[in-house]
Amino acid sequence: MSVEVKIPAVGESITSGIVSVWHKKSGDFVNAGDALFTLETDKVSTEIAAETSGVLDAIVPEGQEVKIGEVVATIDDSKKPIETAPEKTSVGDAVSVSGKPTASPTKEKPADAKTLSPAVRRIVDEEHLQPEKISGTGKSGRLTKADALAAAQNRGAAEEKVEPPSRGYGGPSIAEDRSAEGGNRRGEQSADGRFVRKKMSPLRRKIAAQLVMAQHTAAILTTFNECDMSAVQELRTKSQDAFTKKNGVKLGFMSFFIKASVEALRAVPVVNGRIEDEDFIQNNFYDIGVAVGTERGLVVPIVRDADKKSFADLERDIADYATKAREGKLKIEDLTGGTFTISNGGVYGSLLSTPILNPPQSGILGMHKIMPRPVAVDGKVEARPMMYLALSYDHRAIDGREAVTFLIKVKECIEDPKKLPLDF
Amino acid sequence: MDKFDVLIIGSGPGGYVAAIRAGQLGLKTAIVEKDKELGGTCLNVGCIPSKALLTSTDHFMFAKKEAEKHGIVIENAHVDLNKMQQRKDKVVKTMNSGVRSLMKTNKVTTFEGLGTITAPGKVSVKLADGKTQEIETKNIIIATGSAAVELPFAKFDGKTIVSSTEALTFTEPPKKFLVIGAGAVGLELGSVWNRLGSEVTILEFLPRIAIGFDLELSNLLQRSLTAQGITFHLETKVGAVKIDNGRATATATKGNEELKFEADKVLVSVGRKPFSEGLGAEKAGVEFDETKRIKVDEHFKTNIDGIYAIGDVIAGPMLAHKASEEGIACVERIAGKDGHINYDAIAGIIYTNPELAGVGLTEDQAKEKKIDYHVGRFPFRASGRAVANDDLEGIVKFIADAKTDRILGAHILQHAASELIAEAVSVIEFGGSSEDLARTCHSHPTLSEAVKEAAMNVEKRALHIINR
Repeated sequence: MSVEVKIPAVGESITSGIVSVWHKKSGDFVNAGDALFTLETDKVSTEIAAETSGVLDAIVPEGQEVKIGEVVATIDDSKKPIETAPEKTSVGDAVSVSGKPTASPTKEKPADAKTLSPAVRRIVDEEHLQPEKISGTGKSGRLTKADALAAAQNRGAAEEKVEPPSRGYGGPSIAEDRSAEGGNRRGEQSADGRFVRKKMSPLRRKIAAQLVMAQHTAAILTTFNECDMSAVQELRTKSQDAFTKKNGVKLGFMSFFIKASVEALRAVPVVNGRIEDEDFIQNNFYDIGVAVGTERGLVVPIVRDADKKSFADLERDIADYATKAREGKLKIEDLTGGTFTISNGGVYGSLLSTPILNPPQSGILGMHKIMPRPVAVDGKVEARPMMYLALSYDHRAIDGREAVTFLIKVKECIEDPKKLPLDF
Repeated sequence: MDKFDVLIIGSGPGGYVAAIRAGQLGLKTAIVEKDKELGGTCLNVGCIPSKALLTSTDHFMFAKKEAEKHGIVIENAHVDLNKMQQRKDKVVKTMNSGVRSLMKTNKVTTFEGLGTITAPGKVSVKLADGKTQEIETKNIIIATGSAAVELPFAKFDGKTIVSSTEALTFTEPPKKFLVIGAGAVGLELGSVWNRLGSEVTILEFLPRIAIGFDLELSNLLQRSLTAQGITFHLETKVGAVKIDNGRATATATKGNEELKFEADKVLVSVGRKPFSEGLGAEKAGVEFDETKRIKVDEHFKTNIDGIYAIGDVIAGPMLAHKASEEGIACVERIAGKDGHINYDAIAGIIYTNPELAGVGLTEDQAKEKKIDYHVGRFPFRASGRAVANDDLEGIVKFIADAKTDRILGAHILQHAASELIAEAVSVIEFGGSSEDLARTCHSHPTLSEAVKEAAMNVEKRALHIINR
């Protein structure tokens, strides 16, 4: 009997994804629990496992967008694993008097990345080719340098066919621009090595679409302020040893900013809400997203009920998420449902920036690099560890006064941490 | 007697190797040899004994001319030719018994006598005692090799006008040794007797020596052999060879010039012809081409079912290793397997000093085929190991496709070229590029680094020379 493989519901607000890689091929025997394919959504990529054992028939090609509940494959559970017959050489029988060869020519083996020749290895690396997708003309189907060069040259043309670029926001598309140049795209690809064209990953493409969508939907405005980090730094230095010993995790800056944001959100609740069609939804819970950069792109895991958590709990949550993000183990539910976001460009050295909203949220706080700067304290110039703060907000829902008030509240909490519920 | 699966006529490097492979595959196999010893021309009167003499005389040259440079003092270095020949004979005997034991261990039945095909599947062998034995077999492989070509105006007499066979067995160096034909055999045996004191003159009809090899390297070899004392006359056509009182006088024309050469011995080395007659192959209906070579398809099958032919008796270069590969492929096909030969990856070698080795296209052939190619060269004088060895002569030269970088030809002139060429053959067999070879780590210090450097020079990035 054939069992349908459907795209499972992977999280709230996710309606579609992309089948990025099939880990099994049609005709393969799969065991229940084997990873069948990777589903990439705008939030995260997940491996989808087989629920039944049997022979796979993949319906949807790699790279195709699929909806939740869509059937992407079937598994025939009536079939048994196919035994590979061992090579038999029964010489007596094989002798043919007529001398006609009875064996078929050597079957071409797929190229193994580990056994590529040195020149092919270089080209595959430099041109980001997938050697298993190139057909080899060398001995026993091996890839020659000529095969790799041809694959690098042809790739541009092939990819263009697969996915015609969608028309963006007015103006001519990139493809049209290029064809106007005389259609010599192929030569531009890599001939002189001055640039390399490669396909964006589905995750990257989704992020791109999401960012543009945010820019076009909300009326984004940014307000700035600065805060003196002396008090928080002093407090951290004083408490670090005891905190680490007691909680097994370091006391960082982020927990202070989460707590400060919660206080500010309480003071200015409108920032903790969102617009949905003609309604404004006011959230009375505090699920704060903390942006984490990974190799595959930015992800924003959510610290739940930040108002009810201790500093130690917050630091532990952040550390867990960072590990998960690095290892690619974040789940959809880790990433969905935040009410407000904090982004720290300071870890990369950013002094000032305008963060972009994480829709449908209405506010995002930007932290930056702490720099010793001269400031006037009691009429005297002093060097203080200063950080610029930025709040980007959806002006449709939030007034300028509210936004500025919010940011000043954050500043005050940081400059005078006694205003925070210090529990260590 | 039971019917054989395969019967092979001829036990040269084509036939005996085919027999071993057939034995390995479990075929009931027989081999028929007309001579007393197994191994054919190559082992008995060709490759092996000539290499024995070339090595011995090379050692002599070292003792006489080079040793002193190394601080080795050899007073009055001289040759005991009798002993040198005995060693050569011993080498051949060792190989003979080696082949014989290989036949035994692979359960190959050996018949000594002239084999004749009486019908498809039937071979009669005329044994030494005069009796004939009829043998039945499912498949016959003709591997009878070739014989030296005779010139009508200079017929072999075995004493003064000789083939390579006799030129390997002189008991004293001829005072004047005339060689007709500057191919592998003429150059190698000319070298042997030149080293042993003969005054050697080599006549060649073509405007160059070593036809089939890259012209640039052939010219370098000619210069080197000339420096060693051999006299060359190119574009020289021999008209007659007269024998008078055991001495020969050859007359030849070079352009408008009439030339006369006196000699104690004349070696005719103008090529070899297939040994295809008197086997009963015609009677069995086997087809030949215009040069008496047996016609076969790509799987070495003749037009008659159950009759195959391999080696010098069919088309292609007359090389022992080519015959062996064909023998293996032929037997594997008979056994239902999939034997293939890549004729672009068969090297030719001349074992002079320096040795000349080449595989694939020469530069001239690439030009003729209008292939857009790149050349990479590296001289051994830039190799540390060659300097340490005091073997500075020679170069490595690669011909690579300009677009794909695939190696189309490799040519090496060096004392050890015969061994160095194997690497290039392997890369060519795998369809490799000069970059593949250039990106492969070579041990230091070795002569093989020069092979890598020449490959690097294809893309003008050799390290130890100025890239041009």
